[in-house]
Amino acid sequence: MKAMLCAFAVALVIAFAAPSVLNEFGWSAAERGSSATSVRLN
Amino acid sequence: MNFKAVTAAFLLVASLFNTSWANEAAPVVDRSSTGGAQTLQDIMARQAQLDVDERFRSENIGDPSRAKAITDQLGTNGGTSDSEVYRAIRYNEIEPTLQQRGPAAAVLIQDAGMPWYKLREGPMITYGGGALLGIIGLLILFYFVRGRIMIDGGPAGTTIERFKAIERFGHWLLAGSFIALGVTGLLVLMGRKFLIPVIGPEAFATLAAGSKFIHNNIAWAFMIGLVMTFFMWVAHNIPNKLDIKWLLAGGGIFTKSHPSAKKFNAGQKIIFWTVMIMGFSVSLSGLSLLFPFELPMFAKTFALINSVAGTDLPTVLLPHEEMQYANIWHSIVAFVMMLAIIAHIYIGSVGMEGAFDAMGNGQVDLEWARQHHDLWVAEVEAKQGKGGSS
Repeated sequence: MKAMLCAFAVALVIAFAAPSVLNEFGWSAAERGSSATSVRLN
Repeated sequence: MNFKAVTAAFLLVASLFNTSWANEAAPVVDRSSTGGAQTLQDIMARQAQLDVDERFRSENIGDPSRAKAITDQLGTNGGTSDSEVYRAIRYNEIEPTLQQRGPAAAVLIQDAGMPWYKLREGPMITYGGGALLGIIGLLILFYFVRGRIMIDGGPAGTTIERFKAIERFGHWLLAGSFIALGVTGLLVLMGRKFLIPVIGPEAFATLAAGSKFIHNNIAWAFMIGLVMTFFMWVAHNIPNKLDIKWLLAGGGIFTKSHPSAKKFNAGQKIIFWTVMIMGFSVSLSGLSLLFPFELPMFAKTFALINSVAGTDLPTVLLPHEEMQYANIWHSIVAFVMMLAIIAHIYIGSVGMEGAFDAMGNGQVDLEWARQHHDLWVAEVEAKQGKGGSS
């Protein structure tokens, strides 16, 4: 059961870390507004 | 009796998948009295939800070469009337000058948006949701017909290591994120229809925003879990002749026999490849949705299908259409995966005695292992006899 709980915890860590990690690479899916090549739907 | 009950349930679920929702074609209309423009019959046909061929409008967008000279009376509007200009905008037959850059900015009106919306809000929810309820109903029925699959003669009391900690971690990373993705995906898809009337728009707005955050970001855990489990288990999931024998015996589910199997039986291999292929596909369409307009893939996919199958799928798609196809495909694949995974969860928990231990603590009862994976047990015991590990 430890492996299961550990995996669930890691999944949550990944989820909450993803936006800032992606931002570091300029890949933010949460980007607002538009860029030279893209327009956001949200 | 049991067989009849299962057949009846199957037909009930299968009836959900008919195509009666597709619109009936509208009758051919004579538009000579309007000079080719829309008639009352066209309007009535559209109101009757008939499928109207819109080419009489989409192809009627004026001809600039017919423009009157600027010195003429009432000239010139470039050879097109206001109606024709608006039709050109509607059917994306213009090249507007824009301050806003980007592939989607030049599309002022996207005419295919409504059919996508209607498909998403209608058949996608009806048949997707129906299929989920159907599989749950079938499994409940199966449970009462077949009962729990028990260990013949009872457990041995001694255990054997079925999965190492890293394998269980990869499985639960994939499974946990998939369940979160499934629940939040269903909330986003169906919440407007089923939750707003119950909890109100403000509570649903909070729930939907949270669901969107989790769905968008836990997707990375799903993709990591998918890659992990693929590399850990692909060698054990290569189909072989043994799988045919296992399938012909129905896995022993109905005959209460125990066909031979190695580490994974044919049923588990089907689940493995379903998850891998569909997981890869749902990840691709998900990435396309995560980064709007950055990863268009359907026009190229359709071109490839056309070249192989000789079909006539559209190969020129607007940026929005790419997103809409990605959204619909994402939903369809996700529903199929959910159906498979619900069955997988059933057989791995309440459906079979001793099965959950494999992914619970990694240790399964030796008798359970001998009955369901006899050849794998023999391999492990042979290795242990030689001083190796499982």
